[in-house]
Amino acid sequence: MASVSVSEVKIPDEIVEDPRRRTRLVQGGLDFAGVTAAVCRPVEAKTPLAWWVAFGVALSMLGCLVACVAYLFWTGVGVWGLNVPVAWGWAIVNFVWWVGIGHAGTLISAILFLFRQRWRTGINRFAEAMTIFAVICALTFPTIHVGRVWLIWFALPIPTWQSIWPNFRSPLLWDVFAVSTYFTVSLLFWYTGLIPDIATVRDRAKTKIRRLVYGVLALGWRGSMRHWINYEKAYLILAGVSTPLVLSVHSIVSFDFAVSVVPGWHSTIFPPYFVAGAVFSGFAMVMTLALIARRIYGLTDLITIEHLDNMNKIMLVTGMMVGYSYAVEFFVAWYSGNPYESFIFQARAGGQYAWAYWIMVSCNVLVPQLFWFRKLRRNIPWMFVASILINIGMWFERFVIVVSSLSQDFLPSNWGYYRPTLIDIGTYVGTFGLFFTGFLLFLRFLPMVAMAEVKGVMPEANPHFDPAGAGKGADR
Amino acid sequence: MSEKRTAGTGERKSYALVAEFETPRDLLRGAEALRDGGYTKVDAQTPFPVHGIDRALGIPGSKLPWLILLGAMTGGAGGLAMQWWMSAIDYPVKIAGKPYLSLPAFVPVTFELTVLFTAFAAVFGMLAINGLPRLYHPTFRHPTIHRATDDRFFLVVETGDPMYRSDKTRALLESAGGTHIEEVEA
Repeated sequence: MASVSVSEVKIPDEIVEDPRRRTRLVQGGLDFAGVTAAVCRPVEAKTPLAWWVAFGVALSMLGCLVACVAYLFWTGVGVWGLNVPVAWGWAIVNFVWWVGIGHAGTLISAILFLFRQRWRTGINRFAEAMTIFAVICALTFPTIHVGRVWLIWFALPIPTWQSIWPNFRSPLLWDVFAVSTYFTVSLLFWYTGLIPDIATVRDRAKTKIRRLVYGVLALGWRGSMRHWINYEKAYLILAGVSTPLVLSVHSIVSFDFAVSVVPGWHSTIFPPYFVAGAVFSGFAMVMTLALIARRIYGLTDLITIEHLDNMNKIMLVTGMMVGYSYAVEFFVAWYSGNPYESFIFQARAGGQYAWAYWIMVSCNVLVPQLFWFRKLRRNIPWMFVASILINIGMWFERFVIVVSSLSQDFLPSNWGYYRPTLIDIGTYVGTFGLFFTGFLLFLRFLPMVAMAEVKGVMPEANPHFDPAGAGKGADR
Repeated sequence: MSEKRTAGTGERKSYALVAEFETPRDLLRGAEALRDGGYTKVDAQTPFPVHGIDRALGIPGSKLPWLILLGAMTGGAGGLAMQWWMSAIDYPVKIAGKPYLSLPAFVPVTFELTVLFTAFAAVFGMLAINGLPRLYHPTFRHPTIHRATDDRFFLVVETGDPMYRSDKTRALLESAGGTHIEEVEA
């Protein structure tokens, strides 16, 4: 009759090796209050020195971005290494790379939600924040790439004195709609998830200013059951539409290439190939960030080795999809009998950009193969290195696609060799500053783990949970 | 709303009786007790959605999906109509020999706008139906309610409930395992 306190129940803190049983998602014997305390600590504690150092570095890199972009606006896109025949260089490479990184956040928050993958709750907030800032970085590039940036609004269907409308048959315009919709929906999804957690921070606030700021941000959320019903519906439907959205976004990004006639670009495999690559690189980025954050902020009980293992499995799968696409591209180049197509693929593997091609293959195809081994999937130093190598590989994939195809197209008299300038490099490095400035502010001021969702997947959240039966192991 | 019960001074209207429970299991028991007692103006306040409480309290399902469907249709129809009107009616331009109304090429933007308006309807519709933002609520006066976003589970019985009797309702919640049972003022 008398209720048994959850905290009194001894919960086994072990990793269950039997695959028929699940390891608890929350380790360390944390109860609901323990989860709240662990997640709120970084938001409430004094700002650590390491954060200030990292923030200082990020801000300086952001300054580098501002300087490079200002110089670009002042002078023109000639400050980049672009020239005929390679008129799409690092800017487009970086755009595709950043937007691809964002996709893992949506995959974790939406697709894994629809598949009822409960382990996503440990990392989804985090990954969604990564999406927001990665997409901001991505949007920067096409915007500054247009040359006369003050005319960027020509891309929007706004009535003007010239009466003409944008060309809705162009993949570049589809991109405008796709990426801006993606950003808006990701932001809404993220914020919706944040509302109950901001309310938690509000209710723990000690100072008036915190109570006010978090109070306004929480929109007066009080955890009412009548609200949760609508909230869960909204969340489910957001997940439902984000899933096709994320697939459409990178498909449309790939149309920028596939709809053209350039050999190496004009390929029907591009949409699925791009989406798989996006998820692949995004998971690698989530991994890099999660490994650092869980260590620094002591969240190892919430982002456990099981979570990391699962992410590594997804990287293995998507890495193989990407490897398969590389192989199929070669097959199609040969089987199509198109001489330009076969030429460009020979040039990719053995031509002037072969070095980039083989960096790409080693990082994207060979490195994830090591995740077949359970020991390596659970080896933190190795997965940290692997996640960085994968992101380098995925950057080179976009470089290979963009640059190698353009540098040697139909006419040999039109061939060239593309090199980035210092401004190209500074702009790319600068977007890391933009990304990390945003991400560090997020880590400092918002709960980085979705508390309400984590609590909801704990076994004791089930109203039929029997405290006396805890520890039998089948719970999760 | 007919009965104006008073808490203490009798100066202000009482809004509801709020009880704290320790676990979702206790909350469910309390909710079932309220339902069996015939209460209707009831609610729970919990740190996460406790599944089954809505049914135990007799809270009807969400109407939000209909609103979202409306949003989706607005986005889809609006997006297609916009492209059609701009490309084929208001200022037709022949591009690459394609028809003015190039339906296949209009699919991506139509799709994106459908998703965009679906998301708007989902988020803003959810907030509107829930009556948020609303920065103040009477239950915030309850002394331990701050734990409703942390680790405790609350039942709220409005004093306007036809079945509400200050002493009886309190006894009911107490016997169901509720603690910190207090009336909050409106």
